[in-house]
Amino acid sequence: MKFLRKIFDNAHATLNKKESTKKFFPLVDAIDTLVFTPNHVTNKGAHIRDAIDLKRTMMLVIIALIPCLLFGIYNTGYQHYRVLGGLDDATWLDMVGVGSLVVLPMVVVSYGAGLLVEFVFAIINGHTVHEGFLVSGMLIPLCMPADVPLWMVAVATIFAVVIGKEVFGGTGMNILNVALTARAFLFFAHPTKMSGNEVWVTGYGDAKLANMLPDGASGATALGDLASFMQDTPALENTQAFQAKYSFMDSFMGLIPGSIGETSALMCLIGAALLLWTGIASWRVIFSFFIGGFVMATILNLVGGNGYFDLPAIHQLMIGGFMFGMVFMATDPVTAAHTNAGKFVYGFLGGFLGILIRMVNPAYPEGIMLAILIANVFAPLIDHVVIQTNINKRLKRLKTA
Amino acid sequence: MKITVKKGLDIKMKGVSDKVMAEANLSKFFAIKPSDFPNLTPKLLVKEGDKVKCGSPVFCDKYNDVVTFVSPASGVVDKVVRGEKRRILAITILSDGKFTQLNSKVKDFSKLDRSELKSDLLKSGLWPLLRMRPIDIIARPEDNPKSIFISSFDTNPLSPDYDFIMHNKSAEFSAGLEILSLLTDGVVNLQIRKSSDEVFSKAKNVQTNFVKGPHPAGNVGVQMHKIDPINKGEVVWYINPQDVMILGRYSLTGAYDANKVISIGGENIDSPKYVKTISGSSIESILDDSIIKDNSRIISGNPLTGQKVEKDSFLGFYHHQLSILPEGDDYKFFLSEGWLSLGFNRFSASKSYPTWLLPKSKTYQFDTNLNGEERSFVVSGQYEKVFPFDIYPVQLIKSIITNDIEKMEYLGIYEVSPEDFALCEFVCTSKINVQSIVREGLDLVYKECM
Repeated sequence: MKFLRKIFDNAHATLNKKESTKKFFPLVDAIDTLVFTPNHVTNKGAHIRDAIDLKRTMMLVIIALIPCLLFGIYNTGYQHYRVLGGLDDATWLDMVGVGSLVVLPMVVVSYGAGLLVEFVFAIINGHTVHEGFLVSGMLIPLCMPADVPLWMVAVATIFAVVIGKEVFGGTGMNILNVALTARAFLFFAHPTKMSGNEVWVTGYGDAKLANMLPDGASGATALGDLASFMQDTPALENTQAFQAKYSFMDSFMGLIPGSIGETSALMCLIGAALLLWTGIASWRVIFSFFIGGFVMATILNLVGGNGYFDLPAIHQLMIGGFMFGMVFMATDPVTAAHTNAGKFVYGFLGGFLGILIRMVNPAYPEGIMLAILIANVFAPLIDHVVIQTNINKRLKRLKTA
Repeated sequence: MKITVKKGLDIKMKGVSDKVMAEANLSKFFAIKPSDFPNLTPKLLVKEGDKVKCGSPVFCDKYNDVVTFVSPASGVVDKVVRGEKRRILAITILSDGKFTQLNSKVKDFSKLDRSELKSDLLKSGLWPLLRMRPIDIIARPEDNPKSIFISSFDTNPLSPDYDFIMHNKSAEFSAGLEILSLLTDGVVNLQIRKSSDEVFSKAKNVQTNFVKGPHPAGNVGVQMHKIDPINKGEVVWYINPQDVMILGRYSLTGAYDANKVISIGGENIDSPKYVKTISGSSIESILDDSIIKDNSRIISGNPLTGQKVEKDSFLGFYHHQLSILPEGDDYKFFLSEGWLSLGFNRFSASKSYPTWLLPKSKTYQFDTNLNGEERSFVVSGQYEKVFPFDIYPVQLIKSIITNDIEKMEYLGIYEVSPEDFALCEFVCTSKINVQSIVREGLDLVYKECM
């Protein structure tokens, strides 16, 4: 330890020698404070402080994301072999190999691009590097389709960190969820690479160009298939066909095509369990988000009339990005509602709108991203109403007193 | 009345004082520090070398010169310690060890009317013992408080146990309560616990209220909020139970007798105990026969709201304890004892450390490390768990940061004081210094609105 400590002390000393290098202290400081909890002591207010800090909070979210990441890597390989053939011959090692080659570079690019921006802003503004991006950097690759080009990941990340966060003042000041900002940016700037039937399975586009696709192969996601039911009749047959293709169990386990980290409801639930157990995520948001989605799906289920609406509500929630958005995106404490009462409303709104956009809007096969962004925008308004109620209560007490 | 405080947090620290009463060495020097009184600008009434007696005025409030501050000992004014911009930091008095009283005429207070009583208390120098909410400053003599609050117990970490200190002190305490009851048209609220000593549970001239729950249940601010909340324009006074005894002794003997018992605790002192001392005594005299480890921080007051002091400094005017904690000025490797450690020996109110899974009786070592770095607000809902007011703490703090006075009033700044936010500050993931922000907000509201 002493040896390590010496290295950092020397690095700090070297930077401090010259006026021109002093401003680069965030470079050393960021790594130093990762390895050592700094020796800062309290100088104002309470002399003792809780052991919790932002680094631990963020790290626990990353740990909660690991099941989704690992499964995402496996499933990327699995979908590759399933669609392009060879599923029976492929071992799980093959699948992990293919998946790793796709997913890990995206993780590296996302962290690289995002941290670069963070460091640049830290040096310009003369403050230390804040921890917010640690989680965003993991969320961004996990909410991307498998075949999105790496340069797009980089551009989207830089856009999201600069426009989504730093212009508002950095970690804790942003209005919109950073990872979803990155995704929304690509979704609207490069729609052909973010939706359609060719981006979800790695290698699908290339195989199609080379005319190597097996007969009947489809790169569509479950939601893509579902959306096509809107026009088709009769309804019942299609729903059954869908359930045969994507059984509830497959949807729950996550062996279906989709964005890298979102497909497995089970892995999301494992993450949710850790986040709730450690008290990092708000159970109010997760609970009401689920209820919101379930209510909307049930309403449309009762309306019925086509294969899409007839799918049971609980199955509806297991596909697409609903679970992933619920556990990891909607619970972002900065962009969610801040008041406890507000969190219920905020979560419900997100889940409710998410399923509404997904099922009723013909333009977007998935609506969770947009719904959470809308809920982010509404969160301050929800808080305002809650706080105003408290204020009115106090004013009323003054009048009656 | 019975009230239950549900939200809060009892911080389990090592080094709670043993119930042993010791006599502190008599301090050679005494001091009165204007900085113990928020928002006060002092005006000196003595020069270095002047002779003073117990109860002689030393300085007064520049903007309200009836409020005087008196010497706790007889002797000679030794030094006027000044800081930046010649601000007066302390007036020290070299004691002659005799404690000659300026005044020792016993008066019958029940025959005085209220304004006569007030001017007598002001002259005697006892007035600053009374503090007011809102703003949390010395009570203003011109106010007519709607009630007076006394909390008979302290729930802060390492705090003194008044049941132990004041056992069998009924005479002095009830004489003090009698004076208090003459100062308000409302009631004197005395908050006690089920297990409270008879001195409290059988007190007269008061309305006793039972309080249950974790810290900050012992803070008067919480008790006021639950029993008789303060609206804009209203004033409530409060006083510490030991200070009630000082009032009582004045009533019984006519003397300014600032004797009190304080607890000394904390991990870095060999024998945590209670000691008898006098308000304004030097820290050195109090800690003289105790062994203190190297690299310790001495805090006048409790670890959450106290003041860092050096050994050659003095006990704070409102403080009834000294806490001696290890300084946390060392680096902690992240895996073994830092931010990513398992942390079975680190106390946390958040569930991200295993504190909440371990037995409730376990005590923890604390040092003064910030355990992180200051950040913007990120985590929400954290303050609310330890803040038993019907007030939105984060939103109130944000309105203070933005100097939005109207919002502060709406969000309930009149009901709070910095100490009520001490737990918020403790649990804060972003390590924001909430208490000093609240103090700034209160000072601003006082300047602009009162």
